Amino acid sequence: MSSIEERVKKIVVEQLGVKEDEVTQNASFVDDLGADSLDTVELVMALEEEFECEIPDEEAEKITTVQQAVDYIKAHVKA
Amino acid sequence: MRPREGAALARHSARAEISEDTALIHSRIAGTGSYLPEKILTNADLEKLVDTSDEWIQTRTGIRQRHVAAEGQTTCDLAEQAALAALEAAGVKASEIDLLIVGTTTPDLIFPSTACLLQHRLGANGCAAFDVNAACSGFVYALSVADKFIRSGAARKALVVGAETLTRMLDWSDRATCVLFGDGAGAVVLTADTEPGIISTHLHADGAYKELLWNPVGVSVGFKPEEKNAGVRVLMAGSDVFKVAVKTLDAVVEETLAANDLSKSAIDWLIPHQANLRIIQATAKRLDMPMDRVIVTVDKHGNTSSGSVPLALDYAVRSGKVQRGQLLLIEAFGGGFTWGSALVRY
Repeated sequence: MSSIEERVKKIVVEQLGVKEDEVTQNASFVDDLGADSLDTVELVMALEEEFECEIPDEEAEKITTVQQAVDYIKAHVKA
Repeated sequence: MRPREGAALARHSARAEISEDTALIHSRIAGTGSYLPEKILTNADLEKLVDTSDEWIQTRTGIRQRHVAAEGQTTCDLAEQAALAALEAAGVKASEIDLLIVGTTTPDLIFPSTACLLQHRLGANGCAAFDVNAACSGFVYALSVADKFIRSGAARKALVVGAETLTRMLDWSDRATCVLFGDGAGAVVLTADTEPGIISTHLHADGAYKELLWNPVGVSVGFKPEEKNAGVRVLMAGSDVFKVAVKTLDAVVEETLAANDLSKSAIDWLIPHQANLRIIQATAKRLDMPMDRVIVTVDKHGNTSSGSVPLALDYAVRSGKVQRGQLLLIEAFGGGFTWGSALVRY
């Protein structure tokens, strides 16, 4: 089974249409990976689906990098 | 006896015969029509009005242009042209219509309803006529209501219209909303038949989402004379609407397939509400449908609210994309929130 990091990375690559090597730990979805406001909404929705969880809007707003997404999932979702 | 009364009686007796076996009555789409006002407003035109760009509008919404009603041209004017085209395509005379429903959230007047105004224009006087306000889901709601009337034997030939002049509500200084909407109308004629037609419809609403997409003034709440357009405007929390729209449309599509024991691959065409290309793409992706089986008009029409689905349907029919016998999945989502779907064998 893939790690949480790998699964998050895969979703980011799929949703934002970026290359895998661009998706570094501290890459910002908006500033580095070219996401717009709707992309970030879709990204959060894809994370919710993959990890079977609900990410509240106020939490979702704080998830702006790959690492923040991984941290959120680790803290809130049982692997 | 006046001729109209005679016709009404004849219709009534025909109805009585069929109602003995109501299980066999279905509604079928006999014809479609649509109308767009002549004036076109491009993204470049909007760049001169507000701080926006063609690139921003296209990447966020897929919209390139929208039609805008001429001064003095009303929702009923647009509805009339769409209705005449649908009646002609169906080979049905206005006098034969025994139910007229208009989905609209921008009626000409508060009352009489736009349906009553339209009825008289068409010469369909005497039949039941009323408006349905479910914002952008208005046409899907109206279609569902008309289908129930026909299935129950209460009507034989229904005219269902979605018509809007939403640009009349817009605050042209609000770049978040004024770029999204356009004016237009579409219509279908439903006739009673022994085969479906409209196979099933699924309607939902959740008033808890009122303030994500709404107009904050009205007759009973009151208007704001000191504000532009007396406070009439569209307020929208774009990203939130996007998220709920994608989720609820996904759910209603699943519900429609499950209710009919169908797999995703059975659908020939997805005919979605034309609000935003990104929402349409998200729904298509979840249905595993390639975009060449999805009807898209949002690029040319913008969001025409209730007008959007019948405009897209009429385009699909007249362009030869949708053929008789094909299975169509129609869906819409709008302020309320309201949302719904219809599974249709065209």
